[in-house]
Order: sequence, then structure tokens, then C-alpha cells
Amino acid sequence: MRYLTYAEAINETFHQLMDQDERVVLIGQGVTSPWYVGTTTVGLIDRFGERRVIDTPVSENGITGIAAGAALAGIRPILVHPRMDFMYYAMDQIANHIANWYFMLGEKMNIPLVIWGIINRGGEQAAQHSQALQAMFTHIPGLKVLVPSNPYDAKGLLVSAVADDNPVVYVDDRWLYNQRGEVPEEMYSVPIGKGVIVKEGKEVTVVAISYMVVEALKAAKELIKEKVDVEVIDPRSLKPLDTELIFESVRKTGRLVIADGGWRTCGVAAEIASLVSENVFGSLKAPIRRVTLPDMPAPASRALERAYYPREREIVQSVIELMGGNYS
Amino acid sequence: MQEYLIPFDKELVKDIQEETLINMYTMMARIRKFEERVGDLVSEGKIRTPCHLYIGQEAVAVGVCFALDKDDCVFSTHRSHGHYIAKGGDIKKLMAEIYCKATGCSKGKGGSMHITAPEVGFLGSSAIVGGSIPLAVGVSLASSIQDNGRIAVAFFGDGAICEGVFYESLNFAALKKLPVIFVCENNFYSTHMPISKIQADTEVYKRAEVFKIPGIRIDGNNVVKVFTETKKAVESAELGKGPTLIECLTYRWRGHVGPSWDLDKPIRPKEEVMWWVNNCPIKRFEAFLMKEGILSDLEKEKIYKEVEREIEEAVKFAEESPYPEVGGGGNGVFK
Ligand SMILES: Cc1ncc(C[n+]2csc(CCOP(=O)(O)OP(=O)(O)O)c2C)c(N)n1
Ligand SMILES: [Mg+2]
Repeated sequence: MRYLTYAEAINETFHQLMDQDERVVLIGQGVTSPWYVGTTTVGLIDRFGERRVIDTPVSENGITGIAAGAALAGIRPILVHPRMDFMYYAMDQIANHIANWYFMLGEKMNIPLVIWGIINRGGEQAAQHSQALQAMFTHIPGLKVLVPSNPYDAKGLLVSAVADDNPVVYVDDRWLYNQRGEVPEEMYSVPIGKGVIVKEGKEVTVVAISYMVVEALKAAKELIKEKVDVEVIDPRSLKPLDTELIFESVRKTGRLVIADGGWRTCGVAAEIASLVSENVFGSLKAPIRRVTLPDMPAPASRALERAYYPREREIVQSVIELMGGNYS
Repeated sequence: MQEYLIPFDKELVKDIQEETLINMYTMMARIRKFEERVGDLVSEGKIRTPCHLYIGQEAVAVGVCFALDKDDCVFSTHRSHGHYIAKGGDIKKLMAEIYCKATGCSKGKGGSMHITAPEVGFLGSSAIVGGSIPLAVGVSLASSIQDNGRIAVAFFGDGAICEGVFYESLNFAALKKLPVIFVCENNFYSTHMPISKIQADTEVYKRAEVFKIPGIRIDGNNVVKVFTETKKAVESAELGKGPTLIECLTYRWRGHVGPSWDLDKPIRPKEEVMWWVNNCPIKRFEAFLMKEGILSDLEKEKIYKEVEREIEEAVKFAEESPYPEVGGGGNGVFK
């Protein structure tokens, strides 16, 4: 087996996708930059040229609509927003146009567009350079939302996203970029809407989203010391969501912690909690716990950042409290 | 590039008092030294918040802000230290904010890209490209409703011309003849992209034409020219004639973010960077002031000494200040 970093996996997938299918085009800010999107687009401009690797002006709303128009006309664009924060400018195209087009026009026109939104936070970057907006997009009907957490899924989900005939928001967290993992060289796909159990356990289910899977696995290890057996689930896709996998796990453990790097109110964790209580309430032995950001913009100061971003520690704490213990 | 430069001459300064010229010079020196110090502190690892340095563009902030009253308001961008200082913001609080300390102008929550000094009319900086342009128009709308003569200025870069909100803001301001001045600092780059790769027409000032408002392109590194042209825009706004778009040609010496010159990256030719460094806005002004006998070597030395003392004081203040406390004074989300 071969090991790649997450960023290398994405880069390799772009190369393979563009090599294999001439319709695939990469468009957005920074795709030819030496730093803007990390190293994920290295070599693409030299290999595929400016017609298919299109670095753009700072025009998020326009460029998003333009990518959608190209998708309507037979191109398979991957549109990058190098930070999710900048996607608000594009929100009209995404929510009013791209998400609605197929339904609104009687299923006659579909938009096969991958919107690659990057989360880039920490480092005292403050409120406009830190946002994890997966919940916003999951809220909107007509968009699929993917949240890979490791190099293998990053590749497989990207392949599936490009193959999909619908708009897909591919949420990519830069805190994952240096994670190493096994990645087959050949192209393969990870099915959209299928989650995985990344660690089996019997006592508490932890559903973790995107980067929080990394923290949840660390927490699970730590919890072995505390003699708590945790099951960690990575849904990999928020819409469609693999509810059955989550329900099945909760039926077994009776306890649920949801860890998401977005805000708390109306967040992904809130949605999963309500689905579980609607469907498998009878299996629950304790109230559901959420580990999320507080309802607060991202602060700059490192002193505040440390408290702002939940990590392994908050997950461990929630699990132990669920088990009736104390953790300090 | 030579054609971008407007030489300093006596004619240009004839209506300006010598003291004002010296104050402008001092302000430019203050910004330069402040930014150089910030750059060093980033290199030393003492500052972590992303800093977009203003070195090389000082004449724009100073020329514009000197043409404004204290009550007039400005909004800025990710590259805003210079505007804050030129508008009269407290540099201790600025340095403390860049250190992300509790005593910073935004209590350590904003960092370098989100600073504010409402007491001197610096209403805030947004790091969303183009994002603060309509806010300035909004302040000018309030001025027109309140009839208080307050002028608003939107500072933004050449990159912001690519955002739709720029055109929406210009249209509305022109339509309502609002007292707002659009100051585009064209430094020829938007992150790694040269302007020719992102704009079909690189003459920014021409965007004013379709809105039937004055649009001019000037040497943004000639502080006096920036000052006099801003004065004209202020007068025009005060007469109820509406907005002006001023395109100031300038150059950022360092890379897009941080202290590095980025000469190792395939973005800007070294000769180009060096040409601008050789035509330093401060040095050009200084040479003129010296030639005219307005500034002496002795005075210059005094100015730099004083400026450096102020900056060291600010660094000391920032270093000795505490970090904000978690949950300190509530979470600050709502008033
Ligand atoms: C809406 C939005 N898109 C993208 C960015 C990333 N970004 C930060 S600064 C910048 C370039 C701005 O260039 P310009 O307006 O010319 O200002 P300069 O940096 O040259 O001062 C970009 C694209 C952003 N901050 N906001
Ligand atoms: Mg620029």
C-alpha cells in the first residue's frame, strides 16, 4: 500500500480526473498560486493549461454562476472557494440558482458542479477567515454535502462528486492536509451517502464530522484508559446522510455524542441529534451531547482560540460525563 | 513605469503650509517604521495574526487622511494599518491588537485585519475583498440624511474592482450624489495575480465614467498630489456633487501577506520591485522637502528618533499587556 498526505491525495485526484475526462475543468481563486490552496493544485496548470485550469478574479458570485453555466453546457467544473468565508458572496448563485435549477425547471436541467469549499482557520485569522459552513449548505435543498476526513475518502469522494449529476459541495478542512493515510494509486470512488465506523465500540457512539474525526479517534484512545469503549462514526457525507448507520450504532450503545467543527445553533450536530431522538429515542440511555463551536464568531487572539475550537479534550469530557463520571 | 510618477514641484505645494508638509512626512515615516517593526516581529515569531504590510503605499493613506476632518470617516481592508495610523488612531492600541492582546483596539478579537478607532473616524477594516465599500456609502447616506457634512472614504485595492459590490456601491452613491470618496489603491497585484490577468481593462478610474462621476488616476506615491486631489473630491462632495473615484497608482514592496519580499516566488520580477523601491514615496518627498529647505538633516533625524521611540513604546505596551480572558466580560456577541 501507498501512503499519501491528504493534500497529495487531492492533488493526485485532480491530475487523474483531468487526465481521464476532458470535460473536467478546475476554476477559482488560487488554482495557479504557489500557496493559496496549499499544494493541492501543484502541476495542474503546467499539465493542462489555462483553458482548463482557470485562476480567476476576486468575483465569487459571478464566477460561481459562470461555473454553473458551464456545467449546464456540458463541462464538469470543479469550482474552488479557497475559504468558505468567501462563499457568502456566492450564496445567491449557490442557493437560489444552483440548488434550485433542477427542481424549479421541472427536472429538465441539472447542474453537475463540484463546489470545493475550504475551511482554513486558526492562527489568529479571526472571524472572516475561519468559518466552517457545512451546516449552511446542508440546510439548502438541492445540494449534496461531502465532508472527507482522511486521504482515502478525500480521493474517493472527489471522484464521486465529479461523477455526480448534481451540485455537490465538497468541504475540505486544511487541518487535515498533513494527515497521512493509505491511498490506492488507481481511481476509485467512495459512495456518496455511505458513512463508516472508523472504530468499533459498545458503550458510546461518537459521530464526528470532517476534521473532528481525527479528534474523536484521539479521544477514543484516551477513553480506553478511562475504561470507556467508544464507537466512532464518520458519516463522510452530510447530505445524503447515512442515518441507518448512526441509528444502528445508537441502538447498540444507547449513548450519543456528536462532534462538529461548526456552530452549535441549527448546526449539523443539532440535526443529527434530532434525527436520533425522532427515530431511536427508545434506545437512548442518556441525553445526547453536542461538541461544537460556541455561537460566537472566531476570535483572533490565540488565548481565545484555544478555548474556541473544541478538540479531543471536549469529546473525552462529554463522553465521561455521559457515563456519569467527572473529567477535569 | 516612469510615466506613473508625477514629480514634486513648488506649484504643487503652493497652498500648503510647511508645517503640514512636515506633518505628512512624519506620518509617512511613522507608518513605514511601524510596518517594518511589525514585519520584524512576525519574523521573530512574536506576532502570529496574518499581517498585510503597507510598506510602499504610505503616501495614499497620508495624502487622503490629511485632506479629511477628524469627523470624516474611513473604512479599510485587510491591509489597513496605514489607514488607521494616518487617520490618527492610537498606535499602542494598534500594536496591542496585532499582538492580539486584551488592550488592543479590538480587544484582541480582530487581529491585524480587523481594527478600529471610531474616536478618530476609523470605522473599521474588513478582510472580505470589497466588503467595506458599501459601508462607506452607507455612512455617506447617513450624512445626507442628517445633513452634517461628514465625508466618508472607502479604501480598497485593485482586486476589489472585480467584486460586484463595488459597482453596486458606485451606482448608488452616484445616483444619490452621496458625499463619499472611493480610493482605489492600485498596487498592480491581487494576491498572486497581476492586474492584467484579472481585469479586462486595467484603468480602474474609467469605471467612474459609466456612473457619470469624476474618476481620476494619479501618482499614489506623491503624497501632495494625493492630498490635493482628495481635497478637490471633498469640496465636490461638500457642494453636493456626489462621489469621486480616485485611483492611486502605488506598489506594495513586500509579498501579499507577511514580511517576505516573495522574490523567490514566480510572481513579481525583481527589477520591478526594485524600481518601486528606488522610487520610494518617502524618499521622493524627502528629497523635495530638503531641496526646498523645508526639512533639514537634523529635523529628519529628530523625526525618526521620535517615531521610533513611539513605536518602541507601543511594542512594550503590547508585550506587557495581558491576553484577553476567555469569557471575560461576557462573550461579546451582542451589545
Ligand atoms: C471575498 C474575498 N475573496 C477573496 C479573498 C482573499 N484575498 C485576500 S486579499 C486579496 C487580494 C486583494 O487584492 P487588492 O484588493 O488589490 O488588495 P491588496 O492586497 O493589493 O492591498 C484576496 C483575493 C478575500 N479576503 N475576500
Ligand atoms: Mg492590489
